[in-house]
Amino acid sequence: MNHKYSYMLGQRTWQFRDLADLMAKATPARSGDRLAGVIAESAEERVVAQMRLAELPLRTFLSEALIPYEKDEVTRLILDDHDAVAFQAIAHLTVGDFRNWLLSDHATPEALERLRPGLTPEMVAAVSKLMRNQDLILVSRKCHVHTAFRNTIGLPGHLSTRLQPNHPTDDVAGIAASILDGLLYGSGDAVIGINPATDNVSQAVKLMQLMDEVIRKYDIPTQSCVLTHVTNTLEAIEQGAPVDLVFQSIGGTEATNSSFGFNLANLQEARDAALSLNRGTVGQNVMYFETGQGSSLSADAHHGLDQQTCEARAYAVARKFEPLLVNTVVGFIGPEYLFDGKEIIRAGLEDHFCAKLLGVPMGCDICYTNHAEADQNDMDNLLTLLGVAGCTFIMGIPGSDDIMLNYQTTSFHDALYARRVLGLKPAPEFEAWLERMNIFEDVQTHSPNEALPHAFRGSLKGIAQEVRDE
Amino acid sequence: MSDQNRPIVTGNVWSALRRYTDARIGLGRAGISLPTSELLKFQLAHAQARDAVHLPLDVNRLTAELSQLSVGDKPLVPEVIHSQAEDRFTYLQRPDLGRRLAESSRSRLQALSQADDSKSDLAIIIVDGLSSSAVQSNVVPFLEQFLADLEAEPRPWQLAPVTVVQQGRVAIGDEIGGLLKAGMALVLVGERPGLSSPDSLGIYLTFGPESGLTDARRNCISNVRPAGLAFAHASQRLLYLIREADRLKLSGVGLKDRTEEVVIDNSSKHQNFLTD
Repeated sequence: MNHKYSYMLGQRTWQFRDLADLMAKATPARSGDRLAGVIAESAEERVVAQMRLAELPLRTFLSEALIPYEKDEVTRLILDDHDAVAFQAIAHLTVGDFRNWLLSDHATPEALERLRPGLTPEMVAAVSKLMRNQDLILVSRKCHVHTAFRNTIGLPGHLSTRLQPNHPTDDVAGIAASILDGLLYGSGDAVIGINPATDNVSQAVKLMQLMDEVIRKYDIPTQSCVLTHVTNTLEAIEQGAPVDLVFQSIGGTEATNSSFGFNLANLQEARDAALSLNRGTVGQNVMYFETGQGSSLSADAHHGLDQQTCEARAYAVARKFEPLLVNTVVGFIGPEYLFDGKEIIRAGLEDHFCAKLLGVPMGCDICYTNHAEADQNDMDNLLTLLGVAGCTFIMGIPGSDDIMLNYQTTSFHDALYARRVLGLKPAPEFEAWLERMNIFEDVQTHSPNEALPHAFRGSLKGIAQEVRDE
Repeated sequence: MSDQNRPIVTGNVWSALRRYTDARIGLGRAGISLPTSELLKFQLAHAQARDAVHLPLDVNRLTAELSQLSVGDKPLVPEVIHSQAEDRFTYLQRPDLGRRLAESSRSRLQALSQADDSKSDLAIIIVDGLSSSAVQSNVVPFLEQFLADLEAEPRPWQLAPVTVVQQGRVAIGDEIGGLLKAGMALVLVGERPGLSSPDSLGIYLTFGPESGLTDARRNCISNVRPAGLAFAHASQRLLYLIREADRLKLSGVGLKDRTEEVVIDNSSKHQNFLTD
C-alpha cells in the first residue's frame, strides 16, 4: 500500500490507493462513478478524500500523470503544452488554496486569462471537487472567453443559442420549417447545427448547402455546421462543400477518441482545411466540439479515472484547436452516468466551470432523456444557474423536443426566458440583424414581432397557396 | 407599457409549416413563454414516456394474451424469467445487471434445455427493456403476424420455448439463446421512449447467440408500432434477416438489410421553401 495518499481523521487513518483513487473518491456522488466502481464507499470517505485533496500541492499534477505519458496522446498534449511561466502565479498553492485564490479578488478576469496556459485539466478538475455550486458559478462568471467567425461569441452579458433543426429523415422542408421557427424566435447566433439522420458525406454536403443558401439569402451573421464525423467533413471540404465549422465529439483519453474514430492529427488536418476556406468574416475559430461526462467509461477507455476528471481532460483537446464553440451534452448519456436532476445540474456546472477556467468557449446542451429522473423543472434550474454563470450558449429546439435524437433540450422559448430574466443578449451582430429584419419589435425586451417580417412573407405565401390547393 | 387590446397569447402564422415536420414549431407564445395548451401537451407526452419506463410490465396479462396465439398446434405458454437487476432503480443505474440472467432463471432454462435436447432454429425472447407499454401493446399483434408469416415459409422453422424477461436489456437475449441452444436469438424489447413515441418496440436478431457478444453482432429493426413501422412490414423485414442470417451463418455488421430503402431525402417532394 502506498501511504502517500493517506489522511488521519481522529483515530482513523484513511488510505487512498493513488492520485486517481483520491480524485475519484473526492468527487461528488454520481451513478457513473458507481458503475465504474471508483466512487467513495461512504459520505465520510468522500469528504476525507476532499480534505486530503485540499492539501495536495498543485504542482503534483505536473509530475504524476493520471494516465501514463507514454500511453496516451492526451496526456502528452497536456504536459507538453503546459506553460510553466503562467503557472508561476499559483505554483506555491495547494488545491485547497487554489479554491480560495479563485474566489478571492486576486482572481480578476485578467489574472484568470493570464493563468490559462499554466493550468492543466487535472488541477481544474481537482479544485472543482472541493467547490460548491455557487463557487463554480461565481468563478465561471469571471472567466471571459471570446471567439468569432461571422459574429462574436462569449462577450460578458451575452447568451447565444445553437439552432438545432433536426429531422428524423433529414427532410429538407422539415428542416427549413424548424430553421424558420428558430430564426423568428431569435435563435441561431451560435450556429445553425444539424445532427444528420443519415450519416454519410453526400447527405452532409446536401445539408451544408441548404444552410449556406439560407444564411446567404437572408444575410444572417451566423455560421452553419453539420454534426458529422470529422473525416466526413474533411471529405466534404475536398468536394468543395461550404463548410463553416468542423464538428467532432471528443473525449479526454486517447482510447476514447480512438473509439470515436479519430486522433489529434485528424483534428489538426480538418482545422487546417477549414481555415483554408477562409469563410469567417470577423474571426477564424472554425471548430465545434461536443463532450460529456461518461463517454470514456462508456467506451471502456477511462483508465480507472472518475468521469468528471476524464471530461475535464477533453477540454485540453478542445482548446488546442481554438474552437468557436464547445458544449457538454450533459444529460444525454443516461441515468447510468448521471442519475437524476441533481447529478445533471452538478455536472453541468462543473463542466462549464472547468472549461471556462481552461479558456474553452463552453456552452451546454441542457438536456435529459425519458429514463433519467429529471424533468423540465430541473432543466429550468440548470438553465438559470448557467445563465448566471455566464454560459456561452445553449441549444434551441422547437418546443424542447428533438424528434430525431429523442431527448429533450432547451427550446427557443427557454432562451428568451433566460435572456429576459437575466438581461442577456444574443451576439451583437446577430442582435443587429434581428432588429434590421424586424424579427424583433424590441430587441431590448426580447419581444418578437407579432407580424411576419417582410423578408419571410414570400416564402410563406407559397406554403399558404399549397395549403389552399389541397 | 402593454397595449390592452393585444391578445394574451400570440399565435404564429407559420404554424401551417407543421405539415412538413412533427417538430413542435409555431407554438405561439404568452409573452415569450409557452401557452398553457402547449405546455400541457408537452407534459402529457412526457408523463406517458415516464410511465412507459416505470410502470412494470403486466406479465399476467401478457401471458394470457400470448396463450391465445399458437406455435405449431400448441398454445404459446412463455417461461417468465428475470435479470440480475432486482428492481427498476437498480436496472436504470446498472445496465450490466440487466444483461445477465438471475441464477434461478438460468437454472430453469438449463433444466428446460436438458429435458429436450432437440436443437431449435429460433428463440423468441420478450424483454421489458425501457418501455413496458411498447411490450404490452405491440408484442402480441406483432407476433400474431410474424408467427403466421413464419408458418407460411416453405421450410419449417423450429422454435425454442418463448421467454418473457423482466428488467432485461437487449444483450440478455444472447445468454438465453445460448442456454436454449437456439440457432438464432430474436429479442423483442421496449425501446427508450421518445416524447412522441413512448411505445416503440425494437427487434434484435443474433445468429449463434452466446453470452458476451457485442452490438456489432446484432441486426436491429427499430420503431415497430402502429404509428411507426407497421407490424406486417416489420415481420417481412425480420423474415428476410432470418433467411439471410441462416444462409450466411452470421448476423450483425456482416449482414446488410437490403429491404431498407435508405431515406436520403424527400427533396423530390419537398423543397427548401426558404430559398426557392
